Amino acid sequence: MALFVSIKKKFKEFDLDVKFKTDGKYLGILGASGSGKSLTLKCIAGVETPDEGRIELNGKILFDSKKNINIRPQERKIGYLFQNYALFPNMTVERNIGTGIELSKEDKKTKIKKLINLFHLEGMENKYPSQLSGGQQQRVALARIFAYNPNILMLDEPFSALDCFLKEQLHTEISDLLKLYDGEVLMVSHSRDEIYKFCENLVIIENGKSIHTGNTKEAFKKPKFLTSASLTGCKNITKIEIIDPFNIYAVDWGIYLKIKKKISMHTKYIGIRAHDIKMVQEKNDENIIFCSVVKIVEEMYEFAVFLKANTNIPKGSKKNTRIWMNIKKDEWSDININDEIYIKIPEDSIMLLEK
Amino acid sequence: MDWSPFIISLKTASLAIIVTFFIGIFSARYVTNIKSDKIKSIIDGILIVPLVLPPTVVGFILLLTFGVNRPVGRFLLEFLGVKIVFSWIATVIAAVIVSFPLMYRSARGAFEQVDKELIMAGRTLGMSEEKIFWSVVMPNALPGVASGGFLAFARGLGEFGATAMIAGNIANRTRTIPLAIYSEVAAGNIRGAYVYVIVILIVSFILLFIMNYFTYKGKKY
Repeated sequence: MALFVSIKKKFKEFDLDVKFKTDGKYLGILGASGSGKSLTLKCIAGVETPDEGRIELNGKILFDSKKNINIRPQERKIGYLFQNYALFPNMTVERNIGTGIELSKEDKKTKIKKLINLFHLEGMENKYPSQLSGGQQQRVALARIFAYNPNILMLDEPFSALDCFLKEQLHTEISDLLKLYDGEVLMVSHSRDEIYKFCENLVIIENGKSIHTGNTKEAFKKPKFLTSASLTGCKNITKIEIIDPFNIYAVDWGIYLKIKKKISMHTKYIGIRAHDIKMVQEKNDENIIFCSVVKIVEEMYEFAVFLKANTNIPKGSKKNTRIWMNIKKDEWSDININDEIYIKIPEDSIMLLEK
Repeated sequence: MDWSPFIISLKTASLAIIVTFFIGIFSARYVTNIKSDKIKSIIDGILIVPLVLPPTVVGFILLLTFGVNRPVGRFLLEFLGVKIVFSWIATVIAAVIVSFPLMYRSARGAFEQVDKELIMAGRTLGMSEEKIFWSVVMPNALPGVASGGFLAFARGLGEFGATAMIAGNIANRTRTIPLAIYSEVAAGNIRGAYVYVIVILIVSFILLFIMNYFTYKGKKY
């Protein structure tokens, strides 16, 4: 069971150039809005045709520009959950679910009934999609796909059309339902939380190009590229100058830092996650920075503290970017704007990034 | 009072709308699916032409096509024994040609407004293109298609110029209501014209009423 994708397609806005293969049950595609995530899914489903490349699913070639193979979407058997679910507005729930079933009338009825129960849609059989809530619509769309016995499931921003409150609730509900499916699942999202929660592996897409593929936890822990760091939610990123293999100068902050791992010539930036920065009392340690507090924002479970390093005007950079530190509420000690504090940037929390 | 123009008009408009409706839908579907924008706009232009030409010009071209001394007209006469010019069927041909662009344009607009993702969803669910068209595209485009049908029917009912050119104005055969109105006025019989005018007005209002009802009525889905 595996999906292999390597495709290129020219567009007015950007060129799609995506390459990845699945390895495990869930693969997430992470990228900003308009980066080509949905287009990639559409190419796999066959409703868009790439200019060149190859798509293979479970050993069967779906598309190969060199061999002139392009299987019709109808014959690809791909379960595609569209962002807005694409339920047929002129059909009842029952008929929507039945569209992909090719069985005798009796068997079809039993199958629909089974799916209605499975997806908790009892009593909605004869309603139209517009009469359902967002969550119900999503369940109908999933039931319609399950009815079709697809070879792979592709979910396009499955939670983006729902409001925050529902989202949390549906995360667990959907993941329970997805467990019923034993094939591979491809999930597109711009939300790193969703990808982290659902997917073992991920592909990061930027401007139509797949720039990183690999294990999700790895990618969040040790991103290799500037964009993967910011897409995985790294708040502090600065350009650097290399002093020696273990010492760098963080240009945007105007500070010197020691690093644990030997730096390579390709490293152009570093990133530090906001929760890795700690406020400290002792001053005689490595990577201790004397800063003043610029701004404090209270969030639900933590405080975001914005700091400015108290150094001379940083050379090589006109801006003196703020350092973003998160402090959990139970670790909060009274800090005010303009206070001067010491922070520690742990050596092993510094992520070395390539452009 | 001569009732034959009513009968002729009703027969003409009814047959014409059936023909126009189906040709309109099929050409709209065909043009919607053309991938190249260039070819699409050329074919679209050709199909729309009867709408912008003066009806007398359309009638003139039809006369050139179906005249008994012209290839098409002669073929029909010699091999099928059918004389189109100045016959009842000519009134239908004129009405179809003139009302076709309205039907085609409305249907095409309605088809193009159907969410593309619905069609894609149908494809990924294994539905055939034919099934997608009839059970997804058509039902969702129905208000636009229906209003195109009513417009085309009204246009066919009111057709004058092209009909006069190719079908003539033969009482009891090709004289439709618009031609009857013209004939009455030309003969100085204004009172006679009134009846026909009132009938046309009533029918037109009823058509517009039904059309708006269809278009604005709260859909059940």
